[in-house]
Amino acid sequence: MIHDVLIVGGGIVGCAIAERLALGGLSVCLVERDCIGGGATAASMGHLVVLDDDPAELALSAWSCERWRILADALPAGADYRATGTLWVARDGEEMEEAERKQARLAGAGIASEMISAATLARLEPALAERLAGGLRVPSDAVVYPPVAAAWLARQAAAAGADILSGIAVRNLDPAGVVLADGREVRADKVIIANGCAAPELLPAVPIRKRKGHLLITTRGAPTVTHQLVELGYIKSAHSTEGDSVAFNLQPRPTGQWLLGSTRQFDDTTTGVTPRLVSGLIERGKAFVPALAAVSALRAWTGFRPTTPDHRPLIGAWPSRPGTWLACGHEGLGVTTALGTADLIAAQLLQTATPFDAEPFAPARFAAEYENAA
Amino acid sequence: MPHKVQILINGRREEVPAHISVAAAIAAIGQGATRRDLTGAPRAACCGMGVCFECRVRIDGAEKLGCLTRVSQGMEITTDA
Ligand SMILES: Cc1cc2nc3c(=O)[nH]c(=O)nc-3n(C[C@H](O)[C@H](O)[C@H](O)COP(=O)(O)OP(=O)(O)OC[C@H]3O[C@@H](n4cnc5c(N)ncnc54)[C@H](O)[C@@H]3O)c2cc1C
Ligand code: FES
Repeated sequence: MIHDVLIVGGGIVGCAIAERLALGGLSVCLVERDCIGGGATAASMGHLVVLDDDPAELALSAWSCERWRILADALPAGADYRATGTLWVARDGEEMEEAERKQARLAGAGIASEMISAATLARLEPALAERLAGGLRVPSDAVVYPPVAAAWLARQAAAAGADILSGIAVRNLDPAGVVLADGREVRADKVIIANGCAAPELLPAVPIRKRKGHLLITTRGAPTVTHQLVELGYIKSAHSTEGDSVAFNLQPRPTGQWLLGSTRQFDDTTTGVTPRLVSGLIERGKAFVPALAAVSALRAWTGFRPTTPDHRPLIGAWPSRPGTWLACGHEGLGVTTALGTADLIAAQLLQTATPFDAEPFAPARFAAEYENAA
Repeated sequence: MPHKVQILINGRREEVPAHISVAAAIAAIGQGATRRDLTGAPRAACCGMGVCFECRVRIDGAEKLGCLTRVSQGMEITTDA
């Protein structure tokens, strides 16, 4: 049998694409070398957030958050979708000005948000430190538990006829499709590379670097927090291109635990937890939520964000290899943007109109770098 | 005859050997469970070396790992905290 599409990778991105294409009537095969929803997807926080510092990312994340909202009722209870909203927290006047600029940019994309005074902040989230300046509340943001959401998307795809293979790797691409680790060939008209950080293993010229992150979860009984809390200084550290950074990012879990993030490092490709960075997370967190000092950390872990040189994912045809498509490089926003990515790929493959401009994500933008490599 | 200490486990006075861990004391008095999970099922110390976190209890007001904390005279322990 020759599939219309073979998807490499069963993270949230591959699973979202499989669901979308299978429901669109294509014959789909997805191959995952480990388990569905493992990879970066299992390590992540699952904050569904609109980011506005780049217009293309704003369009993609705004569309994707809306798609999650529409999907919310269909998701299984274990996917823990909750409309927590995001509370961007400002420490000083300078960050309050940034909150205002953020509000204007979000409004440009049709996203409503609300400036929050210091007094309102204290009322909304009493666990926050005194003497914060205020913030910006984005009620339409949400959270989800990514591995369960990914597994559900894969089941939807299977129910629509897709073949989902897990526990076996794609060893290499060949002109007719792919070759699996056991030597079997799977034939497909198009191959979509959706294996996140591992994309360069199959296509060495794909410009993806791993960016390590640490997260930590507390035991139950932490004080009540209702929004996902993120410091407004986050973007500065998120997009600095070198060195380690730590930014405050706290997600209340339905169990009464806190999920605390996050660090960003480029140079470390080992999976180990670095005590210095875990302490950094806790110290940073305590500056915003002093009660953290009295809460126990249960577990810390790491994951890798698949990062591209311009921080935009690679979504679309890979010009140097006919029939090969990319859907990878979603960095720290891939849980959010998986659904929008699937819509862009589906629109391009099924030749319908894309819901927003696909051009900024076209892998062809790195043409000069891969001219001489397949 | 090993030295003994008096401790309080869930408000009940117990006498246990001074050299044992809180997790061992909880097991020794036949209490078994250190905590309950989200479904209400009882959980007990498992690894005994600070990895699984199943032995967490409240000790003198703070949440601690029972397997890594030695009992001491007058200690107050609350399970399922
Ligand atoms: C600490 C941390 C926090 C994060 N927090 C958030 C957040 O709050 N919100 C958000 O939107 N995003 C967040 N992210 C980013 C998000 O996790 C990623 O962008 C997203 O998971 C990428 O999904 P993916 O499907 O591309 O990759 P992955 O989830 O890594 O999936 C790729 C899959 O491909 C498989 N694979 C690899 N090679 C092969 C092969 N040869 N054959 C078959 N299968 C293969 C792997 O086993 C893996 O399962 C976070 C990331 C990290 C590390
Ligand atoms: S028994 Fe495992 S951490 Fe104490």
